[in-house]
Amino acid sequence: MSADRLVGEEQGVVVDTTGSGGVDHRAGRREQVAGLLQRGAVFLVLAVAVVGGSVAFGSSFASVENFRNIAISSSFLTLIAIGMTFVIIGGGIDLSVGSLLALAGVLAAYGSRQGSLVAILLPLAACGAIGLVNGLLIARAQMAPFIVTLAALLFARGAAFAVSDEGNTTYLIEPGRAVTGLGQGTVLGLGVPVLFALAAFLIGLVVLNRTSYGQAVFAIGGSEDAAQLMGLPVARIKVLLYVASAMLAGFAGVLVAARSSSGLPTLGAGLELEAIAAVVIGGTLLSGGAGSLTGTLAGVLLLGVIQNLINQVGTLSSYYQQVVSGAFLIMVVVVQTYLSRRRRL
Amino acid sequence: MRAAPMGEAILTGSLSARRDLLAWVGDRGVYVALVLLVAFNLVFTANFATVGNLRLQLIQVVPVAIVALGMALVIGTEGIDLSVGSTMAIAAALLPLYLGYGPWVAIPIALLAGGLVGLVNGGLVAFVGVQPIVATLGLLVAGRGIALVFAQGRLTELFDPTLTAIGTDRIAGIPITVLVAAAVAGVVGLVVRRTTFGRRVVAIGGNRGASVLAGLPVRRTLVVVYVVSGLLAALAGILDTARLSAADPSFVGLLIELSAITAVVVGGTPLSGGRVRILGTLAGALLMQLISATLIKHDLPDSTARMIAAAIIVAAVYLQRTRVAA
Amino acid sequence: MEVDEIEAPTPVLEVRDVSKRFLGVVALDQVSLALHPGEVHALVGENGAGKSTLIKVMTGVYQPDEGEIVYLTQPVTYTRPRDAQAAGISTIYQEVNLVPLLSVARNLFLGREPKNRLGLIDTGRMHREAADLLASYGISVDVRRPLRELGLGIQQMVAITRAVSTDARVVIMDEPTSSLEPREVERLFEVVNLLRARQVAVLYITHKLDEVFKLCQRVTVLRDGRLVHTGDVAAITRLRLVAAMLGRDAAEVQAHGVTSFGEEHQQRDDRLVLEARGLTRRHVLDGVSIGIRRGEVVGLAGLLGSGRTETAKAIFGAQPLDQGSVSVDGRPLRLGSPQAAIGAGIAMLPEDRKAEGIVPNLSVRENIVLAALPALTRAGFLSERRQDELVAAFIGRLRIKASSPDQPVAELSGGNQQKVLLARMLCLDPKVLVLDEPTRGIDVGAKAEVQSLIDDLAGKGLGVLLISSELEEVVEGSDAVVVLKDGVVVGTLGRDEIGEERIMELIAEAGRADAGGTDG
Repeated sequence: MSADRLVGEEQGVVVDTTGSGGVDHRAGRREQVAGLLQRGAVFLVLAVAVVGGSVAFGSSFASVENFRNIAISSSFLTLIAIGMTFVIIGGGIDLSVGSLLALAGVLAAYGSRQGSLVAILLPLAACGAIGLVNGLLIARAQMAPFIVTLAALLFARGAAFAVSDEGNTTYLIEPGRAVTGLGQGTVLGLGVPVLFALAAFLIGLVVLNRTSYGQAVFAIGGSEDAAQLMGLPVARIKVLLYVASAMLAGFAGVLVAARSSSGLPTLGAGLELEAIAAVVIGGTLLSGGAGSLTGTLAGVLLLGVIQNLINQVGTLSSYYQQVVSGAFLIMVVVVQTYLSRRRRL
Repeated sequence: MRAAPMGEAILTGSLSARRDLLAWVGDRGVYVALVLLVAFNLVFTANFATVGNLRLQLIQVVPVAIVALGMALVIGTEGIDLSVGSTMAIAAALLPLYLGYGPWVAIPIALLAGGLVGLVNGGLVAFVGVQPIVATLGLLVAGRGIALVFAQGRLTELFDPTLTAIGTDRIAGIPITVLVAAAVAGVVGLVVRRTTFGRRVVAIGGNRGASVLAGLPVRRTLVVVYVVSGLLAALAGILDTARLSAADPSFVGLLIELSAITAVVVGGTPLSGGRVRILGTLAGALLMQLISATLIKHDLPDSTARMIAAAIIVAAVYLQRTRVAA
Repeated sequence: MEVDEIEAPTPVLEVRDVSKRFLGVVALDQVSLALHPGEVHALVGENGAGKSTLIKVMTGVYQPDEGEIVYLTQPVTYTRPRDAQAAGISTIYQEVNLVPLLSVARNLFLGREPKNRLGLIDTGRMHREAADLLASYGISVDVRRPLRELGLGIQQMVAITRAVSTDARVVIMDEPTSSLEPREVERLFEVVNLLRARQVAVLYITHKLDEVFKLCQRVTVLRDGRLVHTGDVAAITRLRLVAAMLGRDAAEVQAHGVTSFGEEHQQRDDRLVLEARGLTRRHVLDGVSIGIRRGEVVGLAGLLGSGRTETAKAIFGAQPLDQGSVSVDGRPLRLGSPQAAIGAGIAMLPEDRKAEGIVPNLSVRENIVLAALPALTRAGFLSERRQDELVAAFIGRLRIKASSPDQPVAELSGGNQQKVLLARMLCLDPKVLVLDEPTRGIDVGAKAEVQSLIDDLAGKGLGVLLISSELEEVVEGSDAVVVLKDGVVVGTLGRDEIGEERIMELIAEAGRADAGGTDG
């Protein structure tokens, strides 16, 4: 073990003596490489996929038009995955986001008859309320996030069907309404949903890495007991996590409804699982305490690109798509688990 | 993703009578709810107390009950199995492919497939260390796809007399599928209470670290638990297909994992593992089935059923947690 | 109870007649304590005496069942640690309660990060201020590194720095030196004296009586949840203090020692029943070798974080190794498998009985037989009859107090839970016992029983590896002592060389030896 001496030893300064004759706790070369790989893998794979797709399919894949489509279709998942990233870093999980998206879409269409403001505020309020209940049950009643958000999933889906008369009524948004601009408009060539997704990403990045709140989320996910003892308002922070996640899902639902000018209660099934997949693929630990929004974004894009590539092949049935998705998720998680084990000191 | 911070002793607070009562309700509440619901139906629902209706309810609860029994074991180890619906679909999709060789070839193959899915799940969880929710999530997605591939996405009708008999015949007035479910329940119950394997399951769920240090074969036990869950899911898929004489891979087992988890949790088996209530699981499955049936009979829409189910899950888990310290 | 009263200014924090019960077990019984500004007040007592519980009541982790807390002359009720902290009561816990995945700087400033004009965290300033703050306490470390990469001693110093760098009026320190080297201990003492000068009250919990006499002005002794002495340090001798802690006569303590360990064990023979050689694991252990003879108790001494538990687990197969070998009675043992270890005759009592010992929702009976299931199984089924026989035998032999064998083990007291775990081990009829903190967190009576039991078992020819953070236990209970530091064996002491000072010397020497090393 190498000696690790710092100047000031003679003045009785206590130095970091790891490595001075005993075990050195610092990350060795192997662990550092493993860490880099775990965090960077998703970008690598994304780059490979894009390059590979361009080579294999030429301009039908590598065109501005196609990338624009990928961006749009990924923007909704991005919004949801941002909220999911925060929740997972904080040590929890939110299974209700897919159903919340559907509920929000139905409410947006339903509320559009009263004007665009209602079309936006009603779904946000409803989703926020459900998120609040989730957060309170999890943070104050100490219930398991998995089961609470599972119940919310059922509840929200039920509510979506209830509002739309068991799926028999599909509310439509009239073409003239301002709210449709949110879903169908373009600014600088980019679809408005894409801009919202980018804005949410940037805001999320700042909040996660540069605010006390973000640090607190990392702390709670890393060690909730320690965070509590260090004086953090743990319950309040957790409640906010679930409210934010729900409202992001709600907003995504509004955008979907705006884009398709209708609110279908059947949407979003399995979306929460896709979001979890994107977050995990992006390098965020499912156990909490560490993660990155950039990774999540890359994960969402990767899923979008893969979907697109499968479509490019054309002959591959959507069933194989599912097999590939599932297998891919497993592969990524296995590699991640293996790498994170190597890093454990 | 545990929700019990401040890991101080489970010996906290004073045992008030109220807390006792709440804990009891969390454990046994499902029976009370079941009795109340049956009573309600006896009074307010027409044609409830007929043999025909009773039979119908039991027949409809069979798939969820069987899947829930396997799920109870998995949850007992503090795990979860989200892939059971897809496993059902795989079994259902395989049947028509092999019926040509006779039902007693097709059925074992379908069961084997279920076991294989469970083997993959168990391997990922026990040997690679992937979290159960993620591992079985992957199988959920991939498995449904595999089922669709096998069946070319089509619904297939089956014309096998043995299979039809299994699905629709009765012995002494009781449908065969119900008897199978009862048998499975009996076996699983016996295993949990009286065998070493059952003891290991609850120990692992109760304290994994302690189980390792006590020399229990933790990894092996975990794999077996997931294999059993897969086998039972396949069995449920087979019985469902036999009853309908048709295999529809898009719809078989859809969302059944949620129903199964609900039945298990409502029945008194905590998500944190360490305790398995077989009778409670059955009661939970029956309760959820009865709720749905009651709502239908009274012309209440499906959406209401979902919302009520959600409220019940929350109530059940909320009551359970009073047992464990905050 | 002796009370030496001396005039003092108004107490800053007072505990009055506080009682606390857990499921019928009395943890605190009408305890009163007063802290004055600028005073360093020692709180001593055996494990399980109630010290931790008292602190938790004072800081809002628990609420008292009876009595009240008075802070700055006002009665207060804190329902969570946050409230006590905000009021100015800062706590340093024995286990480092920081977030391992976060960096040193982030841990230091969690909840009070320096912000720039936009209200966002100023990372550059945070790192600078963190480094400066630690330097002012004499600690030099890269503040960007994740906390878990540092040695436990430095982690504890970071925790201490965090706790004292607020405007706290009261600082509570729970066994703060358990992971610190002598150099770091001196640094801590300087910090404490700085606090005194700032008129901060310090409540200092320790079982190292030297520290009490070096650092503290007042001392309070708890025993079995009750206050048995409070008064000036200058007015009591070490011997009387120990006697008060144990509830024994001072003369008897002087004659027979602090623990219930008896005289030397007669070794059956010189053959090694267990031999571990060159146990090595990156970042954890480096070439640790230990030999245990039949009927011998080998103590493993060292600071918290020195690798004692890891050594024990490595021998038992619960800690992965890069290199090394273990043999039992001369036969090599398959590493990495507790099952194999058990099969070869090794049984281990884990350090943390809550996390790795008891299965809380299972009954006493089910917990006792947990490791012996294979022997009780016939054709896959558990033999209830044999199970009951075994359980009854051990409940009797170890005097386990439970309402019935079916009682959930979580409801038992710490001492009885420990006995259940011991019973679990003994069911296996082992040749070697690895005991990691066997008397931690149990009452004085149970402690004496366990210590006598260890003597008994050694007398019957078992080999014992004994780990204890109470140095007296290691000194009085062992026939030989192996001293660890940072995962390396720094010394082995034979029967005649064993002594507290010698052990501490070996640990200190190891640090100094490097100081004189190559880079100077």
